Amino acid sequence: MPTNIDRIRSIVIEQIIEETPTVKTFVFKDEISSKAKPGQFLMVWIPRVEELPMSVMVSDKKGYAAITIRKHGFGSTALFNKRLGDLLGVRGPYGNQFKIDKESKKALLVGGGTGLVPLMRLTITLNQLNIDTTVIIGAKSKEEMFFEKQANDFLDKTKHNVIISTEDGTYGVRGYATDVMSIIVNKDKFDTVYTCGPELMMKKVVDIGLANSLSIQASLERYMKCGVGICASCCIGDQLVCKDGTVFNEKQLSTMIDFGRMYRDKSGRKVNFHM
Amino acid sequence: MHRRLKRIHEQYNDLLSVSLAGLQLRNPTMLASGFLGISQDVFNRLYRMGAGGIVSKSISIEPIEGYRNPTVFSLEESSYINAVGLANPGAEAFSREIASNRNVPIIVSLVGSSDNEFPSMIKKFDGLNILGYEINLSCPHVAKMGMEVGDDPEMVCAIIKKIKSNTHKPIIIKVGIGSVDVVKIAQVAKDAGADAITAINTIRAMAIDIETMMPILNNRIGGLSGKSIKPVGVRSVYEISKNLGIPVIGCGGIFTWEDAVEFMLAGASAVQLGSVIGYKGLSAFTTITKGIKKYLERKGLKSAMEIVGLAHKY
Ligand SMILES: Cc1cc2nc3c(=O)[nH]c(=O)nc-3n(C[C@H](O)[C@H](O)[C@H](O)COP(=O)(O)O)c2cc1C
Repeated sequence: MPTNIDRIRSIVIEQIIEETPTVKTFVFKDEISSKAKPGQFLMVWIPRVEELPMSVMVSDKKGYAAITIRKHGFGSTALFNKRLGDLLGVRGPYGNQFKIDKESKKALLVGGGTGLVPLMRLTITLNQLNIDTTVIIGAKSKEEMFFEKQANDFLDKTKHNVIISTEDGTYGVRGYATDVMSIIVNKDKFDTVYTCGPELMMKKVVDIGLANSLSIQASLERYMKCGVGICASCCIGDQLVCKDGTVFNEKQLSTMIDFGRMYRDKSGRKVNFHM
Repeated sequence: MHRRLKRIHEQYNDLLSVSLAGLQLRNPTMLASGFLGISQDVFNRLYRMGAGGIVSKSISIEPIEGYRNPTVFSLEESSYINAVGLANPGAEAFSREIASNRNVPIIVSLVGSSDNEFPSMIKKFDGLNILGYEINLSCPHVAKMGMEVGDDPEMVCAIIKKIKSNTHKPIIIKVGIGSVDVVKIAQVAKDAGADAITAINTIRAMAIDIETMMPILNNRIGGLSGKSIKPVGVRSVYEISKNLGIPVIGCGGIFTWEDAVEFMLAGASAVQLGSVIGYKGLSAFTTITKGIKKYLERKGLKSAMEIVGLAHKY
């Protein structure tokens, strides 16, 4: 078995879970990925099509891991359309992980879309540490909501609360996940907020967190070419999301001028988030 | 306070500083083109981490998106094969990126498909706080740019002459292993007025995944870098430096201070670090610089320049 995580490992899609009409989870056997830490990602090779950075989802089978894909652009759509038994390649896991303060009493998790993946891995750890955990899952609609059951299951041994918000109000609270966050941070005494999802959502989470003096752990998602700290496609300021991240704390986030404002496109040019 | 004084002291350390082609570097380690080469904030960090000089990503007249992923992957023996496809923000955006540069010794790498593309790029950069230019005539995986130009002695000559007549800053020509011998191209470059040579770029290479039975890189063919090309780099530096007497910057698989010293003995006045950054991170600059320093002290030498080309005697 290769010990070098940089080498591409061949994997077979052994199970496909349809989470929503546009989101699927692929389960595959890979010892190294099964031990990924919350916040780490894999570079997933779709042969002759693309290679994409993807957070590592949990599988309940020993020695197995999973990836959760939202059908979106060229590469993710090709991946979404893969079938049972198809071959993919993975390298990694790369990046750092969510830091959990052992003193933490009450954790808040705010996630949207496939940004929920690293948070699911995190709930398992929070469950083991018996930390009181609230999860806010943001979705566009009831049909597009996923991981509610997983969040409740993974947190079975600790005090927990899973709140759903949908933009169209077809399920749970109507509005954005950050709207729910604004309200509950005033009611409850959280010490840390963990977040992953679209950068503009995370930017809001960070702003609310800073205003309420919370510790913040945000796992950032940026376009990447290499995944190993040489291409700088993913850099924000002088930080490389692939190597120094993906998880950054409130101190780092509050000095990242481009966070939630600009990203670099494939050529390396800075582009505004609101175009 | 103490640390800052120490850093300033190191910056002007006579033992480690090198000069070549009119460039003064505080130590012989430079960042190789294509590694972390697009962000001024990252350049500042690299400089704080000890880099003696920084070469940018190769910049073209217009932005290039490059190939689709996979564009880079790792082999055994600490090597990469890459076909990024010269992705870069283009001269206009990059000149804005580094316009605020204060004290970082930046060398702008330029790439183009004909001599006519260079003057307008030079115009954008010449007034900025940069040391000079490295001209990439050796990227092995993009049509009509890089090596296709580097394999054409007449074009090499035309490009250098054109650049020389548009700037007073030093120009370094980056060569590689193409179909025309590297020493011959370096000779052409020298005759056309190049101030120094960087050797070598990546070497055309390929890998196929045996499970899917498919080439891994989206572009199929890419360039090999890292440990597996080091002996080719040492040979190239040795032959160019010994035969042509032009200043040479060594590049190719430098992972340790021993590798750096070997390149210097072969004739390199400075060395560039690339692939090592992916495997060992940014601390490679300090580790390698410290190792060179200890070596020079152990050998009782007064300056890093003393070992440059010592192996030419043999
Ligand atoms: C991902 C990647 C991108 C590169 N981009 C450039 C480039 O834009 N211009 C250039 O002159 N060389 C480029 N190179 C070549 C390096 O500058 C260097 O010559 C080569 O990698 C050998 O050095 P190393 O073994 O230390 O990596 C690139 C290499 C890699 C791996």
